[in-house]
Amino acid sequence: MLCLVFRSIVAEIPDGKRPDPNQDFSRVLKFLQLLVDIPLVVDYSLGMEQMALFDPSPRWTVTTLTRHLRELLEEDDSLQGIWVQGEISNLSRPASGHVYFTLKDAGASLRCVMWRSDAARQRFVPQDGAAVEAHGSISIYEAGGQYQLYADLLRPLGEGTLYQEFLRLKALLEAEGLFDSGRKRPIPELPRRIGIVTSASGAALRDMLNTLRRRLPLAEAVLAPTPVQGDEAPPAIVAAFQALNRVAAPDVILLARGGGSIEDLWAFNDERVVRAVAASTAPVISGVGHETDFTLADFAADLRAPTPTAAAELATPITVLDLKAKLTEIGRVLTSEATAILQRQREASAWLESRLQTFSPARRLQTERQRLDELSRRGSAAQAYRLELAAEKLRGMESRLAALSPLAVLRRGYSVVTKNKVVVSSKAQVADGDALAVRVRDGEFEARVTGNG
Amino acid sequence: MAKIDPKPIEELSYEQAYAELETVVAALESGEQPLETALSLFERGQLLTKHCADLLDKAELKVRQLSGETLQPFEENE
Repeated sequence: MLCLVFRSIVAEIPDGKRPDPNQDFSRVLKFLQLLVDIPLVVDYSLGMEQMALFDPSPRWTVTTLTRHLRELLEEDDSLQGIWVQGEISNLSRPASGHVYFTLKDAGASLRCVMWRSDAARQRFVPQDGAAVEAHGSISIYEAGGQYQLYADLLRPLGEGTLYQEFLRLKALLEAEGLFDSGRKRPIPELPRRIGIVTSASGAALRDMLNTLRRRLPLAEAVLAPTPVQGDEAPPAIVAAFQALNRVAAPDVILLARGGGSIEDLWAFNDERVVRAVAASTAPVISGVGHETDFTLADFAADLRAPTPTAAAELATPITVLDLKAKLTEIGRVLTSEATAILQRQREASAWLESRLQTFSPARRLQTERQRLDELSRRGSAAQAYRLELAAEKLRGMESRLAALSPLAVLRRGYSVVTKNKVVVSSKAQVADGDALAVRVRDGEFEARVTGNG
Repeated sequence: MAKIDPKPIEELSYEQAYAELETVVAALESGEQPLETALSLFERGQLLTKHCADLLDKAELKVRQLSGETLQPFEENE
């Protein structure tokens, strides 16, 4: 602390050859002397006047001075929100949950504290000897008289460089339009073939296969095995994408890896991998790491899932249960439609039949016959009677005529004898020698009476 | 009029069978089928429904692995 006090005070002297005595400096020296109760050797080469050792009214108390120093440090923006690089030592985690440690390098050490709330949010668990980058602000713990780093974030050394690279590449690819929402392809609702790009031995694969088995066993999974970390991973992942699209032509591809550190996931930030995801023929669902991990491959994917299991779920929006329910429903519609068709047909034919009955020619015939009978009964009865009457009359006239006709008798061989145009019908009418006329069937001749005596 | 696929139903994939089933139902719903056609559509529909249900019940996820330019069965080592 003393060292710091001196440094910060001396730093306030713009010019070492300044002729005026530095009041603050002298006061601090005096304070320090009182504080430690030892004689101080003052280097007068700085150009100061003799110290006022017996100044009766000290300006500072320990508290006000320390507070002043704290304020000086906290007002200095270059000491706030900084990253400090070093090696962890003296790590301790008391029951309070706060974490205390010292960062050191070859030349110096820095006390650090991380409050419990910040410590709980750390993904990285610090250990003694670890090379880290700590983020925080410099201030003073007044009660202990210690300046220290109030750290809020710890990451392994080098992660910052990686993150910078991540941001640079992200900006580059973003500017290129690789992450545009317009590029995102729709995920098929019912994939037949699901491509999987991941490690053949990882838990991620097992999780995905189990999920697919449970949700859509109808599908086929095609694995393109590839290392998912290390230098060989990016070119292998790119090759897996190309081969999978070319050979298996899947409906959708899952790109997945279980959780890990940012270095473990780094292959998924590789520019080659990101471009392969964007260039894939089949739409890609990424499920890399945990919920909180975002990789550039995630941004390029058509859909980002928080985990491999979630990726397999998103690839199968329709499950076998949905299919069964839909099938039951369509079977029900099928039956009801067929029943309805039969019912309609039955009704239609019943209606037709009734119309047929109404307009049947048989019925008309029946009607006509009935009419005829009716007519016969009414009209023809009178007619027949008249005819009958006439016929009867005729027959009477005929017989009378026939009876009266002389010709009929002559035809039978009879003759009509007349004397002086009078029909002879008695012996007494004639005497011998009288001339008579005899009429027969075809004419008349004369005759003379003899033998009447 | 809906065309009836002459392919034997057992050879249809789930997607094919289901798509045809949908066509069959739509044709029946249109109500424009002669009775005889409607009845044979219905029969076909019933067979398709059963086939689909069988496929769903029996389905087991096929897992294969890309090996060079070919697809090989994938052996899971649990």
